[in-house]
Amino acid sequence: MTTRMGFFTDTSVCIGCKACEVACKEWNDVPDDGLNFLATSYDNTGALSADTWRHVAFVEQPGRWLMSSDVCKHCTHAACLDVCPTGALFRTEFDTVVVQSDVCNGCGYCVPACPFGVIDKREPDGRAWKCTLCYDRLKSDLEPACAKACPTDSIQFGPLDELRERAATRVGVLREAGVVDARLYGADENDGVGGFGAFFLLLDDPEVYGLPPDPVVTTRDLPGMWRVSAGAALALAGAVAAAFARRW
Amino acid sequence: MGSNMAECHPVGFQWVMEAKARGARIIHVDPRFTRTSAMSDAFVPIRAGSDIAFLGAIVNHILSNGREFREYVAAYTNASTIVGEHFRDTEDLDGLFSGWDREAGQYDMETWQYAGTPTAPSAAHREETPTGEAFGYGAMAEDPQPPATDPTLEHPRCVFQILKRHFSRYTPQVVAEVCGVPTEQFLEVAEALCDNSGRERTSAICYSVGWTQHSVGVQYIRTAAIIQLLLGNMGRPGGGVMALRGHASIQGSTDIPTLYNILPGYQPMPHAATTPSLAQYLAENTAPAGVWADAGAYIVSLLKAWFGDAATVGNDFCYGHLPLISGDHSTYRTTLDMADGKVQGFFVMGENPAVGSANGKLHRLAMSKLDWLVVRDLVEIETASFWKDGPEIDGGELRTEEIATEVFFLPAAAHTEKDGSFTQTQRMLQWHHKAVEPRGDCRSELWFYWHLGRIIREKLAGSTEARDRPVLDLTWDYPLVAPHDEPDAEAVLREINGVGRDGRALASFAELADDGSTACGCWIYCGCYADEVNQTARRRPGREQSWVAPEWGWAWPANRRILYNRASADPAGKPWSERKAYVWWDEEARRWTGHDVPDFLADLPPDHVPSEGDKGLRALRGDEPFIVQADGRGWLFAPNGLLDGPLPTHYEPHESPFSNPLYGQQANPARLVFHRKGNRYASGAEYPYVMTTYRLTEHHTAGGMSRFQAHLAELQPEMFCEVSPQLAAERGLTNGGWATITSPRTAIEARVLVTDRMAPLTVQGRTLHQVGLPYHWGWKGLSTGDAANDLFPLALDPNVSIQEVKASTCDIRPGRRSR
Amino acid sequence: MTRDYYGRPVLKEPVWKWYIPAYFFTGGLAGASSTLALAARASGNRPLARSALLASSAGIAVSGPLLVVDLGRPARFLGMLRVAKPTSPMSVGSWLLAVFGPASAIAAATDVSGRMGRVGWAAAAVAGVLGPAVSTYTAVLVADTAIPAWHDAYRELPFLFAGSSAASAGGVALALTPVGDAAPARRLAVVGALAELAAARSMESRVAGPYENGQAGRLARAAEACTAAGAVAALAAGRRRGVAVGAGALLAAGSMLTRFSVFRAGFESAADPAATIGPQRARLEAVPGDEPVRRRQADERVRGVPSAHERRI
Ligand SMILES: Nc1nc2c(c(=O)[nH]1)N[C@H]1C(S)=C(S)[C@@H](COP(=O)(O)OP(=O)(O)OC[C@H]3O[C@@H](n4cnc5c(=O)[nH]c(N)nc54)[C@H](O)[C@@H]3O)O[C@H]1N2
Ligand SMILES: Nc1nc2c(c(=O)[nH]1)N[C@H]1C(S)=C(S)[C@@H](COP(=O)(O)OP(=O)(O)OC[C@H]3O[C@@H](n4cnc5c(=O)[nH]c(N)nc54)[C@H](O)[C@@H]3O)O[C@H]1N2
Ligand code: SF4
Ligand code: SF4
Ligand code: SF4
Ligand code: SF4
Ligand code: SF4
Ligand SMILES: [Mo]
Repeated sequence: MTTRMGFFTDTSVCIGCKACEVACKEWNDVPDDGLNFLATSYDNTGALSADTWRHVAFVEQPGRWLMSSDVCKHCTHAACLDVCPTGALFRTEFDTVVVQSDVCNGCGYCVPACPFGVIDKREPDGRAWKCTLCYDRLKSDLEPACAKACPTDSIQFGPLDELRERAATRVGVLREAGVVDARLYGADENDGVGGFGAFFLLLDDPEVYGLPPDPVVTTRDLPGMWRVSAGAALALAGAVAAAFARRW
Repeated sequence: MGSNMAECHPVGFQWVMEAKARGARIIHVDPRFTRTSAMSDAFVPIRAGSDIAFLGAIVNHILSNGREFREYVAAYTNASTIVGEHFRDTEDLDGLFSGWDREAGQYDMETWQYAGTPTAPSAAHREETPTGEAFGYGAMAEDPQPPATDPTLEHPRCVFQILKRHFSRYTPQVVAEVCGVPTEQFLEVAEALCDNSGRERTSAICYSVGWTQHSVGVQYIRTAAIIQLLLGNMGRPGGGVMALRGHASIQGSTDIPTLYNILPGYQPMPHAATTPSLAQYLAENTAPAGVWADAGAYIVSLLKAWFGDAATVGNDFCYGHLPLISGDHSTYRTTLDMADGKVQGFFVMGENPAVGSANGKLHRLAMSKLDWLVVRDLVEIETASFWKDGPEIDGGELRTEEIATEVFFLPAAAHTEKDGSFTQTQRMLQWHHKAVEPRGDCRSELWFYWHLGRIIREKLAGSTEARDRPVLDLTWDYPLVAPHDEPDAEAVLREINGVGRDGRALASFAELADDGSTACGCWIYCGCYADEVNQTARRRPGREQSWVAPEWGWAWPANRRILYNRASADPAGKPWSERKAYVWWDEEARRWTGHDVPDFLADLPPDHVPSEGDKGLRALRGDEPFIVQADGRGWLFAPNGLLDGPLPTHYEPHESPFSNPLYGQQANPARLVFHRKGNRYASGAEYPYVMTTYRLTEHHTAGGMSRFQAHLAELQPEMFCEVSPQLAAERGLTNGGWATITSPRTAIEARVLVTDRMAPLTVQGRTLHQVGLPYHWGWKGLSTGDAANDLFPLALDPNVSIQEVKASTCDIRPGRRSR
Repeated sequence: MTRDYYGRPVLKEPVWKWYIPAYFFTGGLAGASSTLALAARASGNRPLARSALLASSAGIAVSGPLLVVDLGRPARFLGMLRVAKPTSPMSVGSWLLAVFGPASAIAAATDVSGRMGRVGWAAAAVAGVLGPAVSTYTAVLVADTAIPAWHDAYRELPFLFAGSSAASAGGVALALTPVGDAAPARRLAVVGALAELAAARSMESRVAGPYENGQAGRLARAAEACTAAGAVAALAAGRRRGVAVGAGALLAAGSMLTRFSVFRAGFESAADPAATIGPQRARLEAVPGDEPVRRRQADERVRGVPSAHERRI
């Protein structure tokens, strides 16, 4: 296993140019996501989807305009991967989460499992798609297309522990400079998904950017679910047996 | 200011972000809060079309508070120069300068000259004089005597005092009234700029077409230049007035121009009235001192490059083969001539005027009068198809079967499909290599023109007609490259670089001669192929060289990265400060040295005083850094080169809802307007809102390269307008709904984006709403919409004929336009 | 009011269509029926065993196509058996079905052909033992997602599905079996219905919102009505076969509507950003030490350090 690779997306320097969105589509041959004027600031993409693996959010607030490039979080505990029945979703040698499109059977389970609404099924094709963290490029020692295209280094790619250090310093610098709203999102290994492989520096609460404030991997509760379900199954069996009891 | 750098130059903007990370303070002044504003430390909303009032007030603030960099100003600018006694300022003439010829609608510049200087070529009728860009370098007529000066800057007619008086009106209160910028905000900007300038610090001003596309556009930039000269921010690292230019090589296409009035390297185009012969050309264009003293070497070398052995001393190096201009042949003039049936054929290459030109409809109607039209583009753009699917066809105003224009659409190769160079905003040439062969019949411009020339020459072969000589005498011998017989682009670059008598590539324009022994396609590019190496293809990473990075690409002239960098040292040749050391005089080596290539004669000592017989750069003093000017000084006051005044003056845009509170003269008197059908102008309150046009990161100009690309089109899928919530309430507009925007030219429709980023301003005591219109749309491609340009009239800056599309008036209503 | 991004959902709506809740119903019916069949056979009630086996195999016969339709092509189901993953309820379910389906088919076939034999018994035993799991794993399947209406209901959903399966299996068997042999089916139907109604109530009280409002709420109320009516009818049927058939139909309908209600609730919950953000935000607010940034920010605001936008001029 090589070192865990990931992204630190520093939204404080994102200029909203969407080069990441375009570079991703060009490199990965992702189709367009429909031409819809959404009237939501400069965001006509809306959200991540099977056909959008980087999405730049635009938030207009009094005196400031927040921009942030969202992407699959490559969760430490990835619900999509956990629930995938076919093994199409797997963890790579870079500790990233990738769908093997030749294995995916389109069951769609990963879609509602993801606590960030990242992965989605592409309709005409019937399979699930999301950011691969440019698995092919990583294997050739290239940085991901989106990071490469980002003019301001808002998207930083590298070994995750280095990125976490850099991010901590950056938050410090920003706070020092009076940007008290700066905070990291997804850098904490103790959060509900065990920390993100692609984490963020945000300038407001996550939900303002359309991100869940305290995501939890659903499979954390899976043992409990199985237990409850076993109880229910036994109860059902018991009820059936009881139905045949002579004295009723 | 006047630039939306983060959106329009996102890659260059990374350096702004880096500077910010290192502590630079970024201030953005724009009518709209844009992605650039979002990254800035301060944002100042301003009324479109009012920047000279804002900048003029900064000049006034500097001068009235003694914030100028005294030593710099006294030594390096023409502040001390005394102007002729007949000069009258706008202060005296209610908004006009002396020399205004009401009848001709233009200025006679005689009274603007330095005292005792013979007059510049008299400003005859515009039809006979090339416009500003042709003599923008400020070469002066033959004048051996340096002008009279007053180093104390006290003389009432010295430039410094004229400047003071001219701008004394431009107070913070005027800024509030004219620009809608509150006084404290203005003062904060003015102070920030002053505080950050001087020996230890420098400030840069970046502008782009938010400043140029006005009927007084050139003077906006002049005002910035004045500020930077006063603050000592020119020729120094971190300073300057940075023009963020447009298309990838638009700088290249002014250096080696696609303009009618200049030849490569900013040499004026021969003019029928004044310079029909080489002797007259040289007499007119050779300066007594500075780099233009060698104008003869530049033009003769150019002629040698073009006509080779056919160019001899005996035939004036084929000077007579050059076309002569006889008047204004600029784009819009030509369009009007086209509309009037005076133009038969039209080549359109890499341009989409049916969408991108002001008053697009006028343009389309004009093209329908042509006999033939050739469009070379990557896709079938609106300009190539207006005759079958344009709005005039839809509206029934034109009928395809009645348009006699024969249209040829030729597919062009994109930059990825050919070798070549881009010259970017910092005058740096960067070579790009072909990545793939062009598909199908797509071919490069180089291929097209070379083969077109070849075929014409074949047809003319053997002709004895004098009129065919220019074409037959051309050197037309580039090596061809398989598989498409593409002329070798590096051979072209080498020809531009120039060769000496020995046939070897020249190293510097200093080697050029006026005797025909050298050939050079563009003197300022001389050196880009030095040592027979394509210097523009150098890509040594920044971390492997000095911070000036001289081995990345090649910048003209002579690979200098900052122009006039002699000014980074004090008159004695020492850096103004350690922090800002850049180029300095090395007394031991008796040479200029430093981080960059000195923009000065390398061995001309700081204390040099020219003596009789000194020529060119030696005819300048050792402490005169602005070597392109014949007086070696930065011009606060421009006696030459501008058709609308030696000093910038606030005029209202041609169409404005306000009257000029500063002068009786409402708009730039010298602006070009055309009262004709299809170009009706608004008058007064009819159209209450100011409209401005601009770009979005997601699209490119007239859309040929973005509206047809799904991955770009989806990002901004429809034409929209930006309005404030207050305006939306006033006019009943809803976010996401439709609006119709009207001007006297036409009505267009757009989706509505209601945003606080379009703040209403208080101007002259009342609330002003501005309407923002991206101008990328047309009726073709994946993403379509009405063209903003259809709303705009032709009203042009007199110096460069640029259209006023940044400030005009409109009305806006909810709902779609009738069709 | 929670803050959000233009009212857009945080989560993706499931891509599943109506055939998934339909399968939950048919699968649940099949599972509980096969257990009922096994018990009936063990107690010697052959008519009841037969009708339960028929219900079970019919249920499973419909389930297969429903799942294949969802995947697009049959071959894709094989992908499910590529790996066995306990973390994926769908994988677990697929293996369950892979065993249960053939077993219940064989059990039914041998029963109908009258040659039960050892194979038939074994098949019936396997199907009967797996039946409760087949009926309830689908509850885990939906609960094991990020959708609040599903995930947060993980303690009730298995009981709801178990009850619902029992009600439908009992009801259908009641309808298909001669009255004399149908008593255990009736008992199962009534107990199942009560369990279903109780689980639904308990779930609604804990996971408010989607199950009460909108389409899911309407479906839930319809389900409740059908199930309650079905249970009453089952009790009241006595020897009237017609009423018994009606009761069976009502219970089956109630069971089906329950699954559709749960299914719709998931969509509505996923589409509502507040459903995702609200509880998460509340969780953060509840633990004061949890979000140092927010806290620090709050004190700094109080102390008057200007925020980023207030610093702009
Ligand atoms: N993505 C992208 N990049 C581009 C282009 C493109 O089309 N798309 N085009 C290229 C070309 S050809 C060019 S020329 C450059 C142009 O680059 P810019 O000049 O930066 O582009 P614009 O958006 O036209 O105008 C800049 C800003 O000027 C503001 N403005 C309008 N009127 C005024 C005014 O009176 N005063 C002030 N201070 N500001 C005003 C507008 O609101 C706008 O934000 O961009 C180049 N880069
Ligand atoms: N209202 C308003 N109007 C404006 C402006 C504004 O700000 N507001 N800005 C003005 C400015 S600054 C500019 S630069 C103009 C731009 O306006 P235009 O120059 O008219 O428009 P572009 O879309 O840039 O046209 C360039 C065309 O060249 C094609 N092309 C690209 N590469 C090649 C090539 O290698 N060969 C050939 N033959 N074609 C190629 C592209 O497909 C495209 O169609 O618009 C001007 N008009
Ligand atoms: S963000 Fe969603 S899709 Fe990405 S790894 Fe985490 S759970 Fe999977
Ligand atoms: S849709 Fe594909 S990737 Fe997603 S869970 Fe199913 S098989 Fe795995
Ligand atoms: S890492 Fe690759 S796949 Fe993921 S968003 Fe970036 S470019 Fe797209
Ligand atoms: S490329 Fe970088 S700066 Fe541009 S939108 Fe994406 S993250 Fe932001
Ligand atoms: S498009 Fe080209 S020129 Fe324009 S910003 Fe990007 S890299 Fe620079
Ligand atoms: Mo431009």
